[in-house]
This record gives sequence, structure tokens and C-alpha cells, in this order.
Amino acid sequence: MKITPELVEHIAHLARLELSGEEKVRMEAQLADILDYIGLLDELDTSDVPPTSHVMDVYNVFREDEVRPSLPVDKGLANAPEKAGTAFRVPRIIEG
Amino acid sequence: MDYTAVIGLEVHAQLRTKSKLFCGCSTEFGGSPNRNTCPVCLGMPGVLPVLNRRVVEYTVMMGLATHCRIAEESVFARKNYFYPDLPKGYQISQYEKPVCEDGWIEVPVRGGVKRIGITRIHMEEDAGKLVHESGFDMSRASFVDFNRACVPLIEIVSEPDIRSPEEARSYMQTLRDIVVYLGICDGNMEEGSLRCDANISVMPKGADTFGTRTEIKNMNSFRFLHQALEYEIDRQIEVVEGGGRVVQETRLFDSDRGVTVSMRGKEEAHDYRYFPEPDLVPLRIDGDWISRARENIPELRSEKIHRYITDLDLPAYDAEVLTGDRAIADFFEAVVEAGAHPKAASNWVMGEFIRLVKDRGPEAGRISPVQVARIIALVDSQTISTSAAKEVFEEIFETGRDPERVIEEKGLTQVSDEGALREEVRKVLEDHPDEAAQFRAGKEKILGFLVGRVMKATKGKANPKMVNEILRDLLSK
Repeated sequence: MKITPELVEHIAHLARLELSGEEKVRMEAQLADILDYIGLLDELDTSDVPPTSHVMDVYNVFREDEVRPSLPVDKGLANAPEKAGTAFRVPRIIEG
Repeated sequence: MDYTAVIGLEVHAQLRTKSKLFCGCSTEFGGSPNRNTCPVCLGMPGVLPVLNRRVVEYTVMMGLATHCRIAEESVFARKNYFYPDLPKGYQISQYEKPVCEDGWIEVPVRGGVKRIGITRIHMEEDAGKLVHESGFDMSRASFVDFNRACVPLIEIVSEPDIRSPEEARSYMQTLRDIVVYLGICDGNMEEGSLRCDANISVMPKGADTFGTRTEIKNMNSFRFLHQALEYEIDRQIEVVEGGGRVVQETRLFDSDRGVTVSMRGKEEAHDYRYFPEPDLVPLRIDGDWISRARENIPELRSEKIHRYITDLDLPAYDAEVLTGDRAIADFFEAVVEAGAHPKAASNWVMGEFIRLVKDRGPEAGRISPVQVARIIALVDSQTISTSAAKEVFEEIFETGRDPERVIEEKGLTQVSDEGALREEVRKVLEDHPDEAAQFRAGKEKILGFLVGRVMKATKGKANPKMVNEILRDLLSK
């Protein structure tokens, strides 16, 4: 995959990062280096290896459907920069 | 030119569990914002989700009820995006390996049934919601409540097999019947327990390539779904006929104006960067799981309707009404079980029972199926008249008392004493000579009026069939 200036901007936007022109150039080079390095793995023959999403041989870990006490609401909100009543207050969202 | 609409629906059903998908917080709604939250559903750093077993059981039940293949191995995935109602910055959902795939359901359409394909059913967590209550100044800030965050949902994705707003509505109604009968969702669209998005395009009739589609959101009733699709089909045809091109975009249904409007600013292609959720181990659903889930699947509504018509000889209308609510259907079946004739049971359940349940609320009902069967038997044996039976029914609905005692106390035992009835009829005929003359002159309809008079004079206790016969007898002399 080729890292283009457009791709850098797209990724920065998805991560909600504002990059300066100089930073974009630096990121383009660094992202390309990282991909090249990871690309070393392509040299391995993995045709007989099923795709793995987890390395542990563990399946089906459940909890029963039982209600347990929630966090006291003032604790949940303790780190909120802003609140109103027991709701989190955030910059205005325009829906739609 | 004639056009064909091509529609696929994505339906989200909120599962009826006590606790959330990945933590022990209650799923109960109402109450103050954020009361049902904890470090897991608030997305605090370092916490780990643990899967609610019941959610998997419910999802497998839904998959089996919709003829899906249940995946032997299934994994969760992270869907990444930023929005204030999403505390972690990603939603835990399923992507490449959903629990259920390749199913179908049959839905009633004009002139028969149509098979609609189910592409997949997967589990995911709900997001929080923005609070729009008075008291909050919405012009300068938004307010977030995470009570709903991490509540379990299933998303049911259909194949693009739907061809009209009517079919879409029928599909949605059938899905609702299934989840409600399975007992896995309360099916309440207005409250958001069942939500629906539509993908829709139009193409010239007979064409085999679909047109460009739009996605419509925010249709929270069967009527709105129908309206939104109707509007969108017309809009797309107009665009195409005008030489334009349909833009692939997300549109919002505005129910006040009955139109769909473009959601500007969201036209950038979604890039969710799905990847397998590292905090949850894969699921393996074996034959034991599947047979246990199968045992929990009750007779579904469409099967009940079929059985009521073919085995119980009920009219299709009765079968539809009785099965509209699973609790009503269960009650009706218990009345039949207690010995009542199915059609008589149907009449009483559809009439008095449903009326009183609607009027007083289902909690108010104290009457048992056995008591209903008893009342029907008393009417059959002409111990009480139908109108007296209605009075008894209402009393027992409220009190749950013994039918015979209520009848005795109210003095409702039907008068079938021929001599006494003759006397009553004679009096009525004396008081209404004009009507009697009209009947003799051939006006048959007036008989009903005279029967009514006798019933009134006897406070509803007279046996109407006998009154009828005696009236005819005396009037023919």
C-alpha cells in the first residue's frame, strides 16, 4: 500500500488530528517506513495458516444475565470536564 | 417508463435481558441520566467486557427462527468512529464472522406469501443518547446519558429482496411478530426497541442491475416506514426521469413533513476500520447449544394462525386478532383447553376480554380461562342469556369470583318458564298495538324491537330464543 499525502490527511481526519504541513510530510515518511517493516511478514508462507484473531486457545467466556450494582452516579461523572445534573455536558452536536 | 424499487432493511432489535451486553448494569430505562452505568459501559481505561450468555442464546434462537446457518465460530469486532454518545470511540459489533447467516422468512404479500432473504444477524452494543429534556440549554451544549450504552441489540440485515413499501411493512411486521413471540424483544417501535433503516434504489422495470441506493434512517413506526419508502421511491424516479443521477447518501425521514432529507456533512464514505475485538474471545456454538435454543422456540405467530384456521376451524380474521398478542393467544388456548368450543371461546376473547383488557389494563384482569369456559357453558345450557353473561364476565374480570355465585347474587338466571314469558309477551303486545299490526302486515324487522321490549321488561333475564318463538306464535293468531 502506497502512503500518499491524501491518505495521511484522511487518517489524520479519522483520528481527529490536525497536522501542520511539516508534520504531514514527516508522517507520510514514517507511515511508509512502518508499513515497509510490517511488510517483511509477507515473506512468510502462511497459505496453510488459518486467519487468527486471538492467540489464546480460549472460547466462550460468559457472565450470567444478572444485574449488579452500577457505579454511584457522582463517581461516574467525577472525571467529566463538564456536567449538568447527572448528564455529561459536551460541545453542541448538530444532528442530521 | 415503469420502475421497480429494490429495498433491503436493516432492523435493530433491543434484546430483553436484565443486564447489559458486557457488564452487570441494569437495562431498565427511565430515571435520571447515567444511573445505570459503570466503568465498563462508560469506557473507562483498562476495563474488560464480559459477554452476557443470554444474548447469545437469544441471538441463536432468532437465527433458528429465521432459518439461518449458525456459525460454528463467531467473533466480535470493533467499529471505530467518534461521536459523543460512544464512550470508547468504538462500538463492539460483529463484522466478518456474525453468529447467523443466510436465512429467510416468509411474509404475507398481496396474493400469497413471499420469501425474503436474511443476509446476516449479528450482536452489538447500543450507544448512549443525547438528552433533549427541558431544563438543558441545547443551544450551546449537548447532554449525554449512557444508560442505554452497551444495551444488547441484534441487527437483522435483509437481502435486497423487497420490492415495495407494502412488502417492507409486511417484512417488518413479520420480524416483529417473531421477536415478540420468541420473547427476546418487546417489539415497541415508538420506544425504540425495534428500529429500522432502509437501503433503497430504483431501476427500470425488467432491468437486472440495481440503481444507486440511498439509506434512510429514523423510521420509528410501520406507518413512517411505509411513508418514507413511498416518498423516496417517487423522489428517485423523479431524479432519474429528469435526467439526473441519484446520489449515494444517507437521508433522514422527517415525519412532520413526510419527506426524506439529505444528511449533509455525512457524505464522506464511512471508514470504520473494523478489526477483531482483542478483549473478547471467540464464540463456539456447537450442536448442544443449537438443540437447547431450538427447544426454547415456541410456536410462532404464523404457525399459530395456520393451526387456528386448519385445526380449530376459526375464520382467518379471528386467527389474526387472537394471535396479535401472544398473551391473548395463550389465554384463548387455555379457554379452549378448559373445554370451550373454539369459536365460542374466540368470540368471548376477541369481544369482551380484549375490550376489558384495553379498557382496564391487562393487570386488572382477574378472570381465569376456566371461568370463561364456565360462562360459555352456562350460556350454552341457556342458564343465562348472552347479555347477562356479559355482565357476569365483566364482574368476574374485575373480581375473579365464582361465576355461579355472581349469577345467583345478581339474579341473572335466565327465565325459561314458558307461562311467565307468555305473560310478559302479552303485556308488551298490548302496549304496542301499532308495532304488532306492522308485523302482521309483513314488516318482519319490527320483531327485533318487540323482543327488545320483552328483554327490557324482564331486565334481560328472558330467554331470547323463547321470547322470539312466543312472539311469533301470539302474532300469528
